[in-house]
Amino acid sequence: MQLKPFTTQRIWILIGYAAAAAALFSAPLFVSDFRLNLLAKFLAFAIVALGLDLIWGYTGILSLGHGIFFGLGAYAMAMYLKLEASGGRPPDFMGWSGLKELPLFWKPFEYFGFAVAMGIIIPALLALVLGYFTFRNRIRGVYFTILTQAIVIITTTLLIGQQAYTGGTNGVTGYSTLLGFPLASPDTKRVLYWVTVAALIGIFVFCRFVIGSRFGKVLRAIRDGENRIRFIGYNPAVYQMVIFTISAGIAGIAGMLFVLHVGIISPSMLGIVPSIEMVLWVAIGGRGTLIGAALGAILMNWAKSEFSTAYPEGWLFFMGLLFVVVVVFMPKGVAGLVSQLKVRKKRREPKNEGVRNPAV
Amino acid sequence: MDVYLLQLFNGLSISSILLLVALGLAITFGLMKIINMAHGELIMIGAYSTYLTQNLFKDYLPESLFNWYFVLAIPVSFGIAFIFGLILEMSLIRFLYGRPLDSLLATWGVGLVLQQLARTIFGAPNVAVKSPAWLDGGLRIMNGTLLPYKRLFIIALVIACLVAMYFYIYRSHEGRRMRAVMQNRDMAACLGVSTRRVDAMTFAIGSGIAGIAGCALTLMGPIGPSLGTYYIVDAFMVVVLGGVGKLVGTVLGATGIGMFNTLFEYWTNASLGKVLVFVCIVAFLQWKPMGLVAMRSRSLD
Amino acid sequence: MKESAILQCDDVTVEFDGFKAVQGMSLKLLKGELRFLIGPNGAGKTTMLDVICGKVRPTAGRVTFGGKVDITRKKEHQIAELGIGRKFQAPSIFPSMSVMENLEIAMRQKRTVFATLFAKMLDEDRDRIGHQLTMIGLQEKSGWRAGGLSHGEKQWLEIGMMLLQEPEILLLDEPVAGMTDKETDKTGELLHEIARKRSVVVVEHDMEFVRNFASKVTVMHEGKLLKEGSMDEVQSDDRVAEVYLGKRRDADVSRSTA
Repeated sequence: MQLKPFTTQRIWILIGYAAAAAALFSAPLFVSDFRLNLLAKFLAFAIVALGLDLIWGYTGILSLGHGIFFGLGAYAMAMYLKLEASGGRPPDFMGWSGLKELPLFWKPFEYFGFAVAMGIIIPALLALVLGYFTFRNRIRGVYFTILTQAIVIITTTLLIGQQAYTGGTNGVTGYSTLLGFPLASPDTKRVLYWVTVAALIGIFVFCRFVIGSRFGKVLRAIRDGENRIRFIGYNPAVYQMVIFTISAGIAGIAGMLFVLHVGIISPSMLGIVPSIEMVLWVAIGGRGTLIGAALGAILMNWAKSEFSTAYPEGWLFFMGLLFVVVVVFMPKGVAGLVSQLKVRKKRREPKNEGVRNPAV
Repeated sequence: MDVYLLQLFNGLSISSILLLVALGLAITFGLMKIINMAHGELIMIGAYSTYLTQNLFKDYLPESLFNWYFVLAIPVSFGIAFIFGLILEMSLIRFLYGRPLDSLLATWGVGLVLQQLARTIFGAPNVAVKSPAWLDGGLRIMNGTLLPYKRLFIIALVIACLVAMYFYIYRSHEGRRMRAVMQNRDMAACLGVSTRRVDAMTFAIGSGIAGIAGCALTLMGPIGPSLGTYYIVDAFMVVVLGGVGKLVGTVLGATGIGMFNTLFEYWTNASLGKVLVFVCIVAFLQWKPMGLVAMRSRSLD
Repeated sequence: MKESAILQCDDVTVEFDGFKAVQGMSLKLLKGELRFLIGPNGAGKTTMLDVICGKVRPTAGRVTFGGKVDITRKKEHQIAELGIGRKFQAPSIFPSMSVMENLEIAMRQKRTVFATLFAKMLDEDRDRIGHQLTMIGLQEKSGWRAGGLSHGEKQWLEIGMMLLQEPEILLLDEPVAGMTDKETDKTGELLHEIARKRSVVVVEHDMEFVRNFASKVTVMHEGKLLKEGSMDEVQSDDRVAEVYLGKRRDADVSRSTA
């Protein structure tokens, strides 16, 4: 990374970030418990959006399978919570399907550490395997996107079909405690909220580091011309695999946090529609800008929670139209609009610094 | 022996439905490089068109004619889906040429709107379409294996569509223009072909075929606003497996997926069968990344 | 003489769906040599470059680099790492990145994920890039979006990127196609400078441009070697004249095609 001089603009941006972080951390002071829980959920979604932006915004690979990576993380955490609630005995839904013994692969999820590790490793591993078999053979663009969508279909059918092991359509719910602390208590919720804020900030900083590094420049070069970069000596497949894996791992983290806030995970929360909705958050906020992706996720989910219960039909119309409008008329999202305004302002000033960072 | 024969027939039947759904995509995706996620909703539109035709016959025409509604429903479904496709192309798709991933997202939005529209007009629950009496029953072969006429009819319908498309694309004047535009847009434009018109027509035809697919699906069971979503991903897999640009690839892709799907589901169960099919497709793509039938070109990207 | 050959192509044949673009072509490039590859349209010149840089796998034949490494079965990025750089006919830079960033990733360096993740811009690197920027005349525009450069500037940027890659062999496909006369002159100067340090293969249609260089010329026709020698020898050759006679106009018109 280059050492950049501390221009006034940069200082203002840093102050802005610090203020946002402070506001997030102190939110419990002036927001009701109910609202705080919602906000925590949105922040978890913002984390997925960051991961999605890494591959779509910066590398140009569109994944419609992030619902699955998110869901696998969520299921890992849910399995732990469920076992803690049932005291290590087979959870209720297994009994309903006539399963008496706890299946072997459920057993290690009794341990919190194992569950958290798996919540990151399983989605990352699935992404690595899929990435290995596609990018290596230069299966990309829409072909890759369609394959990720197929992954979503088969994972959800598997989750629904193997009811005895996964809870089927109902998913996994009915938790009581996390490491002994009751999940329903406001105190636990507050701590979990702070954990989510810390995770979001940590992952944001990590993503900034990744895209600011030369690695990040290679990713953007892949987006611009995947074939060209081969002749410079880079193997794009390895880069694509790595970033796809990282992105899936981030989605897994978000999924784990989501379950803690929401208290349920079911196949309908990770299917085709939620997966593509995640893409919409990034599209609206602005692909290729981290802050845009995160804000897009928060904004869209806030709007959804405000309107979708009051006008469920109107909401779907609105979402469909929003997709069309954003993709056709503002491909760079809200962040793109903002930076356009900035450039316009800059043009009037004599010195043109160019586009080292198109937007923050 | 009988069991295998029946499985074979089932596989063929699933293949034919897949093919019917994927044929329209083979045009819009294969030739125009537009990922039309609203294809499923065009299928849904075709299905509801059939439903409406049925209701018209039931309400306004003598009962003796009812059985023939289906013959009319096929062109009606094609026509209505064709018009929807035309409107879609002229209002939206034309801005998205050369941006396949964006076309995917925008048309998904369109699909969402169309689905919601159907839900508003026809209600969320599924509606049943009564298939004509002459398609009830089946053909009895050997010792009692029954091949339902409905499924045989769909197979015949697919073959008819294929033949019609073949003649249109490869033998007709319009089809020649279409191929010219898809292969070298600038050159075709220089030679006086109106590329705008050809684009719109091509997309509309692809959409119309989706309408026919929707019409055929009414034979298989009740229909609902989200009818198309069940088929759309499978249909895209057919095109990915088959390779783009040639009809042969689509036919082979649909047959392959349909057959293997039936086979695996017979051996294991429905959900594992799907996983196995997917694994096979990815494995196959290791060998031929561009699908069964692919065109080679020399350009950098 | 054999030990100083840096690149050796033996009996290379390339088939596209039954059409033979190159048939049994052999080519020997010496260390530090500047070689022009000319020939009418469809002679297989670009395909030959594609074979050398790994974009196209030959149906038959061998390509040996540095006297021992067979590169026919290697991937593009491996070949590039070995030291063969390729410039395509259409300028292919990374349009959304700045000129500086384009040069930064092209610069010779370790290209693993780990290395790039923690790579730092050293003073030495900055000097190298700065030097290159001056050489291609883009020092004023280092912060510009590369997509906003003019056609000629994009070509130079790409040449600059290739030079920072420090390849032993440079493959240039019509570097002056679509350039104004002034830009062509400047590119000629660049080429003279480049050829001092490394081996270069240039595919070119522009005979005037080729005549500025006193170097060996290889003429290809219908995928085969037609004649090899100095520009004078080539021009006085009957078969070459036959291929080009009446086609000279073609060659001029088709500067921008291949």
